[in-house]
Amino acid sequence: MNNVPSAAPANSDYGSIAILITIVTALALAILIASHLIGPKRRRGPIKHGTYESGVQPIGTARRRFNVRFYLVAMLFLLFDVEILFFFPWASLFSRIKAAGDTGAVHHVWATAMVEGGFGSGFFLVEMLIFIGILFVGYVYAWRKGVFQWD
Amino acid sequence: MPDTPTKTYDLLLRRRSTLIIAAVGAAVLGGGLTLVLWPWIKPLLSAQSTFSILLMVAGIGILLSAFAICTLAERKIAGFVQDRRGPNRVGFWGLFQPVADGLKFLLKEDFIPARADRPVFLLAPCIALVVSLLGFAIIPWAGEIHWPWMPAGHTVSTQVASINVGVLYLLATGSLSVYAVVLAGWASNNKYAHFGGLRATAQMLSYEVPLGLGLLCVLLACGTLRLEEIVQQQAASGVWNVFLHPLAFLLVLISTFAETNRTPFDLAEAEQELVGGFHTEYSSMKFAMFFIGEYTHMITASALMVALFFGGWAPLPFGGFLADSTAWGWALVKFGIYAGKVSLFIGFFMLIRWTIPRFRFDQLMRLAWKGLVPIGMAMVVGSGVLVALERERNVFWSLVVNVALLSAALGVARLSKQEITGRQANMPEIEVGPV
Repeated sequence: MNNVPSAAPANSDYGSIAILITIVTALALAILIASHLIGPKRRRGPIKHGTYESGVQPIGTARRRFNVRFYLVAMLFLLFDVEILFFFPWASLFSRIKAAGDTGAVHHVWATAMVEGGFGSGFFLVEMLIFIGILFVGYVYAWRKGVFQWD
Repeated sequence: MPDTPTKTYDLLLRRRSTLIIAAVGAAVLGGGLTLVLWPWIKPLLSAQSTFSILLMVAGIGILLSAFAICTLAERKIAGFVQDRRGPNRVGFWGLFQPVADGLKFLLKEDFIPARADRPVFLLAPCIALVVSLLGFAIIPWAGEIHWPWMPAGHTVSTQVASINVGVLYLLATGSLSVYAVVLAGWASNNKYAHFGGLRATAQMLSYEVPLGLGLLCVLLACGTLRLEEIVQQQAASGVWNVFLHPLAFLLVLISTFAETNRTPFDLAEAEQELVGGFHTEYSSMKFAMFFIGEYTHMITASALMVALFFGGWAPLPFGGFLADSTAWGWALVKFGIYAGKVSLFIGFFMLIRWTIPRFRFDQLMRLAWKGLVPIGMAMVVGSGVLVALERERNVFWSLVVNVALLSAALGVARLSKQEITGRQANMPEIEVGPV
């Protein structure tokens, strides 16, 4: 196992990411402005600036009602993706808990405390199984309700 | 008319010697400048903060040039698959085609339709570009480097930012790109763009779930979210994660195709039905920004898969070569290996694009929600049990679990007679008469 937490590297802060965001945003703005300055400016007109719908005169606006299924997808995504997010801390701590329980080495103060309190890896596995079981019940319910019916 | 200026220029560009002279000239110029400025460059290379900034600039440059090469490569591969030549007019072997395309984009009129929502219309391509160029920050391109002039034991990491939520950061920047698509579709006030945006949103949201589940299986076995540690583990043990988690790799691969809006999942810009989808109304550099965003997203996603499943810069899937080398020469070799693997992935993406036809929307959603999500959930349970039994680095037991899960999934699919892809469920049977 290679789970010994090393000392935090020098670039472990978000400073460089902030700099990167600045550079990239500046790049995007520069591209937009350059294209605006360099590109030719020709005549405007109702036909030229009209909405392109393959040569057919557009009827009404495009912002109209759409199928409710897209809304259902958004709801499902919220449910499932947020629950998956809850897994990530569990996943990154699980093998650390195991390492603390097996070798007794102080890898992580919190992990060692948990193991000493009687909550070993078995407890953590069962905990996850219960969680994913609840998730699975919700999934089966959604399936039986016909949420995944796409035609 | 043999000697019009354009003609001469064109002939000059088309010679192989022009290319060689240009490459040699650029190399001499760059090398000379580096030699002259070397005393000032040295301290910048050995401090992590300045090295990160240098990496950032170099990374953006490399990604943008890689994008240029990708556009050419895509058309060349399309030509190869369809038994034609592809672009071969601009420069030798069409090598200057990307330059010509870029100039063309820049010289086109900056156009906003009258009925579009102007600020959002301009914001959408910016989001596409910015978000896709953020992802490469956590890719560990070549491990750690120890420069010869640094004190012993000190290294700099070839990673812009080594943050402890590594993979989550990549996931987050990847999902932010859905905003570009949905805002572009909405702001255009065009029905094609609207439908394209809606479809793309539903698709990207749906495939986010199996992507997360697939990543979870690997992270569970690795016990860390830092990409550099995951690569180091694979390089040291010599076992690439793809041999431990082939099913998870498949989940991530399929989801990546959907996340980057590539064929067979490019319903958002299905040319035959939606003209251009969400970017129907976009032209000039704003269209190019969407294009850059798509290709850069593809490159970053390939780099993520290489780091997670194919050992990053590890040269061979056994032996643990190069795991502890920090000399800068070896770092260059490692970077070459990493870039080679990423190129293979991109070539695979392109080959798939010209090989497999597009999915229908119901097939797409069925594949995500009825196929990949339950397999992903079962995979997470399987990986959890493997970790609890301390078999997570054991190829044999991992493969046993993978094969068992795959056959169980296939068995359930066969018994329930629910096809993952294929015909619509409520369509009447087609009567086929005698031929």
